[in-house]
Amino acid sequence: MNMSIDISFKIGGEAGQGLQTIGYILAKSLARGGLYVFTNQDNESRIRGGHNFYQIRISDNKVENLTEEIHVIIALDEKTIIEHKDELVRNGVIIFDGEKISGREHDENLLNVPFERLAKEKSGSTKMANSVAIGAAISLVGYDHSLLESVLKDEFGSKGAEISDKNIQASRAGFNFVSENGIGEFPYRVKKIGDSQDFIFLNGNEAVASAALLSGCKFVSAYPMSPSTSIQQFFASKMKDYGVVFEQAEDEISAINMIIGASFAGARSMTATSGGGFSLMVEGLSLAGMTETPIVIVICERPGPATGFPTRTEQGELEFAIYAGHGEFPRAVFAPGNVEQAFYLTSKAFNLAEKYQIPVIILSDQYLADSYFTTEKFDISSLKVDRGEFFTESQVKNFGEYKRHLITESGISPRLFPGQKLGLVVTDSDEHTEDGHITELADVKINNVNKRFRKLELLKKNIGTPFVYGSKDADTLLIGWGSTYGALMEATKILNDKGSNVKMLHLSEIWPFPVEAVRNELKIPDKSISVESNSTGQMAHLIRAETGIEINKKILRFDGRPLTPQYILREFRKGR
Amino acid sequence: MVTLKDYENGETAWCPGCGNFGILQAVKKALVKVGLEPYQVLMVSGIGQAAKLPHYMKCNLFNGLHGRTLPVATGAKIVNPKLTVIAVSGDGDSYSEGGNHFMHAIRRNIDVTYLVHDNQIYGLTKGQASATSAEGFVTKTTPMGAFSKPLNPIALAISQGISFVGRGFSGDIEHLSTLIAEAIENSGFSLVDILQPCVIFNHVNTYQWYRKRIYKLDSSYDPKDRNAAFQKAQEWGERIPIGKIYAQDRLTYIEHDPEIESNPIIEQKHSLDNFNKILEDFKI
Repeated sequence: MNMSIDISFKIGGEAGQGLQTIGYILAKSLARGGLYVFTNQDNESRIRGGHNFYQIRISDNKVENLTEEIHVIIALDEKTIIEHKDELVRNGVIIFDGEKISGREHDENLLNVPFERLAKEKSGSTKMANSVAIGAAISLVGYDHSLLESVLKDEFGSKGAEISDKNIQASRAGFNFVSENGIGEFPYRVKKIGDSQDFIFLNGNEAVASAALLSGCKFVSAYPMSPSTSIQQFFASKMKDYGVVFEQAEDEISAINMIIGASFAGARSMTATSGGGFSLMVEGLSLAGMTETPIVIVICERPGPATGFPTRTEQGELEFAIYAGHGEFPRAVFAPGNVEQAFYLTSKAFNLAEKYQIPVIILSDQYLADSYFTTEKFDISSLKVDRGEFFTESQVKNFGEYKRHLITESGISPRLFPGQKLGLVVTDSDEHTEDGHITELADVKINNVNKRFRKLELLKKNIGTPFVYGSKDADTLLIGWGSTYGALMEATKILNDKGSNVKMLHLSEIWPFPVEAVRNELKIPDKSISVESNSTGQMAHLIRAETGIEINKKILRFDGRPLTPQYILREFRKGR
Repeated sequence: MVTLKDYENGETAWCPGCGNFGILQAVKKALVKVGLEPYQVLMVSGIGQAAKLPHYMKCNLFNGLHGRTLPVATGAKIVNPKLTVIAVSGDGDSYSEGGNHFMHAIRRNIDVTYLVHDNQIYGLTKGQASATSAEGFVTKTTPMGAFSKPLNPIALAISQGISFVGRGFSGDIEHLSTLIAEAIENSGFSLVDILQPCVIFNHVNTYQWYRKRIYKLDSSYDPKDRNAAFQKAQEWGERIPIGKIYAQDRLTYIEHDPEIESNPIIEQKHSLDNFNKILEDFKI
């Protein structure tokens, strides 16, 4: 039997010890050998100290989620040993620097590698201790050091040849030390299985930000807020090369109004925030609905209420995203389940926003935002930019003077951007006439409400069918949405491998709600379970509101930590 | 040639005798003075009686939310620097609800002209105190007289290094229109605080009250002198100066990144090929 690879590393230490760098380099070295890699970080909201960890899962099959089974722990502090030793699988190993921290009280498989001493010997400084640790881990699992070397060269090359060479020497020292003094029969082996040319390695926020750029988004205004900030920074980093503009707003109220102004004037525009920032944007969301100004809002959820857990994950804002805003107006809400969905749904979000002149919300969360995935290269040629209907010279004949909010059968009024001789562009947050001026007339209000909601009817036809996995005659249905896609998929597979007959239903295009498609899958409501990272089962509420079908069983996680297949299975068994 | 007639548009919903009429007339005159056609102008307004002004003339208009004129104006100006962008609203909109944006627009020095109809009272909601109401001013929400000190928008603007700030009076249309024209032509963020009687709810600061007190700054006054300007900004009560109070040359937001003007966002043709390299950041 060909044993498949499925190994997880956990690197733990204090904030400021460079966990992210070690994690990223180790992950990338493994990805470079053609392996699928998934990483996630668990950080406290602080700059130095505390306890953080970075987790890497690798496999020769696609991996899109965390697991609770750890094979190798790299402990940069003793707390890591204490807190995580129980997560080790049988024969798993903890690598630590026995000259810096004590491992004596722990009876696990401990592998003492003097990170700092070896670093000092090879590079003259203890700064390279982390590279020693990576080298040690690579050796333990029997992986190829040359792949690590090439990644170190790439990552440190910009700091000069000396820095990069010293890091390589340090990592080799760690590698050699384990080869000579290590554990002979470490059972969890990793090998290169191919090359990585057809793959990319990125996190959810990078998928969203790069898709925005590729989709022609030219203006982003936002206020820094975890876990959305890296979207803002990625976009800002491209200003010079691509002629786009990022403007850091004074607050989220300004951010959303700025992108509304930019969009009104003609630019595809986006903002990114978390739940607290979105709360401040809600009046602006309603403004976009009333003025029919296309915008894309990315909400990277984190646990609430209020400041909650700033650096952790939750799916607490599904209903908020769908119902936010005073008054009634159409919108779309997408919740991608992995980087691939994040990329393509972001592109779709811009097209739908402009086609229907509505706000579109992308609902991500810290887990998706910060998790790195290896994935097949995105097919850029499949991306289309559809900016919707425009008012042109020839339409002057049909419609006469330009009217920004012309009542049409589709509900879509052709757009024109201000600054052209073709016509004046007038819109109002007050209810308005077709030419955009303030009005109090009852019939105009009715006509406008109907016009705006005719767009929703058309929009519904653009909403994709939810993802279904498992057999038609399954006796149990697991329902999920957004970032829990990978965990739900693995839990479903494990259950089916062990003889259950489970089907999974995952929604990523959530609003307008795909009523018929979901109703068709809900043939066994009393055997259906809503699996969500929140405490109230918001998807279950939504299903009941939209289909009338009640989902009573729920598997909920709301401790700020990501849903794992193991968590789902434990709760699933409890319910039996 | 553009004339006042090009800007005429329909009836207003203001009270007879309202100070807004003079301001509307002055805005139109100013636009004719600077030779702009309506299609070249984007007005952004908020909520309040002042914010209705652009509806009563011809121009592009985004009439947005209370307090949020400046962010909308900023977004529009950044993506299309060719537009002449004028934000217009009252003292409630500009100095209370939108106070934060006002401060940051000064910092950003975005090339937007900000017209604030300052009548020291809330008109649309029918008579409550505003950020510029005088101490002791009795309104429906300050029955024992306003306690909070009135905001001094001109002193605040000077203290934060605004590019241009002036004070006008809605009762002197000619002077006001010249001041507004100057503000429009100034590159950078420009504030014109406009003293405007509210004939219904403010029985203190009437046309007569202002006419007795205001005087025009003449050529002996140097608006580049920051200390003198700061002193002028404090003058209130018996004598109230109107005119250009402070101006300085400052790099504008648009000028700080010449790309914004030379390669304006709304003129960029998006081509996927140009963006192919984005994904190279993620190669393994």
